[in-house]
Amino acid sequence: MSVLVYTENWDGKFKKASFELISYGKAIAEKLGMPVYALAIGNVANDQLNLLANYGAEKIFHVKGDKVSKFIAASYTHAIAEIAKKVDAKVVLFDHNYTGRSVAPRLAVRLDAGTVSGVVALPISYAPFVVKRSVYTGKAFAEMQIDSEVKILSLMPNSFEVRENKVAASVETVDLDVADELLKAIPVRIEKIEGKIPLTEADIIVSAGRGLKGPQNWGMIEELAHILGAGTACSRPVSDEGWRGHDEHVGQTGKLVHPNLYIAIGISGAIQHLAGVNSSKVMVVVNNDPEAPFFEAAHYGIVGDAFDVVPKLIEAVKAFKSAH
Amino acid sequence: MKVLLAVSHVPDTTSKIRFVNNDSEFDKTDIQYIISPFDELVLTRLLEIKEQTNNLDITVVTVGGADVEPTIRKALAIGADDAVRVDAEAVDALFVARQIAEVYKNGQFDFVMTGKESIDFTGNQVGEMVAEFLNLPSVASAANLELNGNVATITREIDGGKEVVEVQTPFVTSGQKGIAKEPRIPNMRGIMMARKKPLSVVPAVAQGVHTKVVKFSMPQSKGACKMIPADNPAELVRLLHEEAKVL
Ligand SMILES: Cc1cc2nc3c(=O)[nH]c(=O)nc-3n(C[C@H](O)[C@H](O)[C@H](O)COP(=O)(O)OP(=O)(O)OC[C@H]3O[C@@H](n4cnc5c(N)ncnc54)[C@H](O)[C@@H]3O)c2cc1C
Repeated sequence: MSVLVYTENWDGKFKKASFELISYGKAIAEKLGMPVYALAIGNVANDQLNLLANYGAEKIFHVKGDKVSKFIAASYTHAIAEIAKKVDAKVVLFDHNYTGRSVAPRLAVRLDAGTVSGVVALPISYAPFVVKRSVYTGKAFAEMQIDSEVKILSLMPNSFEVRENKVAASVETVDLDVADELLKAIPVRIEKIEGKIPLTEADIIVSAGRGLKGPQNWGMIEELAHILGAGTACSRPVSDEGWRGHDEHVGQTGKLVHPNLYIAIGISGAIQHLAGVNSSKVMVVVNNDPEAPFFEAAHYGIVGDAFDVVPKLIEAVKAFKSAH
Repeated sequence: MKVLLAVSHVPDTTSKIRFVNNDSEFDKTDIQYIISPFDELVLTRLLEIKEQTNNLDITVVTVGGADVEPTIRKALAIGADDAVRVDAEAVDALFVARQIAEVYKNGQFDFVMTGKESIDFTGNQVGEMVAEFLNLPSVASAANLELNGNVATITREIDGGKEVVEVQTPFVTSGQKGIAKEPRIPNMRGIMMARKKPLSVVPAVAQGVHTKVVKFSMPQSKGACKMIPADNPAELVRLLHEEAKVL
């Protein structure tokens, strides 16, 4: 019996989210009295794989080969299912990112397992197995009980801290046969957005709305984001107008994000916007209208003109960064 | 070509959320229901394809009691051709996906679509589960869909970019923002016609249910917004560092 963690790699490298996820898996495994194992698919060098042992993974399974060199939901599901059976996994963990969303539900069918996506914390109890997730676009939480023998969870980014927990680990390379049948959705190309932090994994997000008046004014938003190491987001009208790309649109009809800090500049705080951002740990609003609804939702607020406040804020952050 | 589109019936986002029965059940009193916005966008894209190719029949399917029929009629009014309601409470994603897979098997469909998630539970699960039940290829989070004969070219969002995927029918894909510009709204003629379009009601098949909500709770109220003077953003930075500990 074990807890199995699917650790995603980007061009052979793991990101912080994978380390968070193993740390989370380790914490669950300790409660269940089981070891935690990691699984990586694709071409990953051994020094990267060994990093996974720093957070408690006692075995690291590595599935590689041409057939799994590109992500395809059906074939990855097959690979993960095979390893899960081999190690008698009782809990299988994913990040709640695009890959996790593609694979975890398929795996649930394959293993006849109960699954809860977007979990935000450690289980509330282990017998019965109850986990917490956000529902109704951040307006409430649901405690969900999973009754099946195998349980599959996907964890919201930034929900659990990385915990160092170095163990002696072995890497086991697995040769898997993948039927051609599972390779039918063929990835033909990837267009990466270079130089930007993906919103789904950003710790800090700087977001701006129609209050900025036009795309030419985003320089200060990008600068603030840059010095904070933050991702940039926007409200829906801003992406609808084409001022910013659709990938930045957050809210009910855009992305749901979950950063530690969300800074909203010139955004009114309409309910559909808040729906995508109100599970941020801390929200800051800068708006020249003291009646803007965002002040109801935010933790910290500045009433002022963005064109005046943001440059000053940039200076203040720079001063802070050079002092720390 | 025939497509099966799963449509979910969800509370409008502006709804006040309340719970009953010791916080174990959602209170439906006074709630306005809508078609989940992503499903509406997908339906819009399918109608565009139908108009371009003159060769697409759109069947919508919803799992739910008779109370979901207004939502189904709305999808028909927007332009879907016919509808199936699986007569059962939508208890969990696995259960719902199994029902949709059954409807697919009992028809002659070329592909299946869903919205990427419903806005009530935002589970992001049903489409992929349907695919696995049917052993079909799946492409999640489609931001663009082009159909050329039986080949679909789908641009899907991934972490840090986009991926273009090609897949032949039959397949399952879930749609998100970008797949269509603005959702269509029904016009008078559509509403009249929707009344006459076929809506069949079928019983559910048995499917084990593995998850249930034991309790709902509200987020802790965060207290009043702390105001910082506009001429002192350094104070904000200090608070974010020392008090909120996020810098
Ligand atoms: C079904 C549906 C789904 C939707 N989904 C989404 C969604 O996913 N995401 C989303 O964002 N919206 C969504 N919306 C739209 C939403 O209702 C709002 O219209 C939108 O969020 C408003 O964007 P905004 O705050 O940028 O613009 P506005 O509402 O125009 O607000 C601009 C704000 O900027 C302030 N401002 C102006 N000038 C300055 C200045 N110089 N300095 C500082 N502040 C200034 C103003 O006081 C105002 O508060 C949806 C709507 C519907 C009906």
